[in-house]
Amino acid sequence: MSRLSMIAALVVVLAGLVAGIDVRADEFTKADLERWQKEYMSVVEKGRALWTSPELGTNGVACAQCHPNAANTHPETYPKFQKQLGRVIALREMINWCIRQPLEGEPLKLDDPKMIAIEAYVAYERRGVAMAPGKH
Amino acid sequence: MSKTTRRDFLKTTGTLAAMSTLPLSMVELAFADASRNFTFAYISDAHIQHISGTKFVRNWDRGLIRAVAETNLLVPKPEFVVFGGDLAQLGTKEELDHGAELLSKLNYKMYCVMGEHDYYLDLGEYWSKLYGPQHYSWDHRGVHFVVLNSILTYDDWTFNRWPSAAQRMLEMAGLDNPNGSPFMVGEKQREWLKADLAKVQKDTPIVVFSHSPLQKIYKGWNFWTEDADEVQAILEPYDRVNVVYGHVHQIQYNQIANISFNSVMATAWPWPYPQSYAQAEHALPKLTIPMNRADPFHERDATGWQFIDVNTGRVALRYNLYNNTSRTVAFNPKTGRPEDSLFQDPARMIDPQVHY
Repeated sequence: MSRLSMIAALVVVLAGLVAGIDVRADEFTKADLERWQKEYMSVVEKGRALWTSPELGTNGVACAQCHPNAANTHPETYPKFQKQLGRVIALREMINWCIRQPLEGEPLKLDDPKMIAIEAYVAYERRGVAMAPGKH
Repeated sequence: MSKTTRRDFLKTTGTLAAMSTLPLSMVELAFADASRNFTFAYISDAHIQHISGTKFVRNWDRGLIRAVAETNLLVPKPEFVVFGGDLAQLGTKEELDHGAELLSKLNYKMYCVMGEHDYYLDLGEYWSKLYGPQHYSWDHRGVHFVVLNSILTYDDWTFNRWPSAAQRMLEMAGLDNPNGSPFMVGEKQREWLKADLAKVQKDTPIVVFSHSPLQKIYKGWNFWTEDADEVQAILEPYDRVNVVYGHVHQIQYNQIANISFNSVMATAWPWPYPQSYAQAEHALPKLTIPMNRADPFHERDATGWQFIDVNTGRVALRYNLYNNTSRTVAFNPKTGRPEDSLFQDPARMIDPQVHY
């Protein structure tokens, strides 16, 4: 057996071992999809609860008061140049702007699970709309 | 138009251009005999919101305070003011009292319309103590005016569904709340309306004030009245009928048979047009050229008030928009429908009027 063919045989054996571990990155089942969707929707529901909550700010005003079903938030257009701030911002910075101003509250950390939940909800209400980053 | 300053307006005797610089909706009814012409002002949707103790949401307070102050400065003076409903946010005595105090600064006779935010805590009891009946009519200079309470709903929802009055109010207060219920005028008021109009000549101009649109635009946000078709059928035999409504916090207008529809602005905050909700079916009247998209960085943008004339037997509304070019929507006798004086031709629409 040549050295080259020994290496080839070893590769075949190793490949077989890996396959036997039963974790393949490119395969997932219907059950996986259902679980992931459920995880996502549970966060969307938390986002909806925050969106309609008088507790997110300090004055009882809720996001949904001005943005029913998160309408007029245009998540598909971010990041975009926000003319009033003079720079390109992410949607979550605008969410914090609204928490500070009309809701008279404290801004969330940009990776706060509440922020992620709010973004998840806003995106969910906008599903199906084409991406349009930068659009005003 | 936008170059005219507010000061000019306050000094002039009310040319169209000058009128459009104040952020209210004024309605004018025009007659062949100009001496019969008169105007009235329309303030709506203040949503006074109680925080605690003597604290109220500053933003909404400011909208109403400004509208009242500017209405008092109008020249020519409006002959009365209509408040179009939703004085309160959650219908409490504190909110209604605070709102009533702000409105009490008006120097004119005021007529009030019931909104759902005024109603669903105590079913209008305290509101009626302040403002009287929830539907009524009167005649003014040859025009028959009618106020309807259009925000009633199914009895089962109102009386059997909720563990407390506060819960019922909260459920109806959320515009996009799927637990809400469609608005309606109801059979009792429709019968009253028939009897009321039976005394009115067919060629008398009629102006109906309701909180919700007496037409069906988008049910999900109650831009809708469940028995709109039945109400329209009662109004249809009359030559010149105008329906002016609040609730939607945006400019809308439409023509259905003989009936012209016009919405008024809110003093509190603007609402998206239904087409901005990607998941929904809606029927915004094709005729409507939308108001500009709101700039949230200008607190009063896309809010305002209006003055109205009925000089043609049809309402003409001047929308006075605080941070924006004012708009006039008036009935065009040539086309038989309300039209915007500047933007009706689609080629003249401007980018900020595109909502998506």
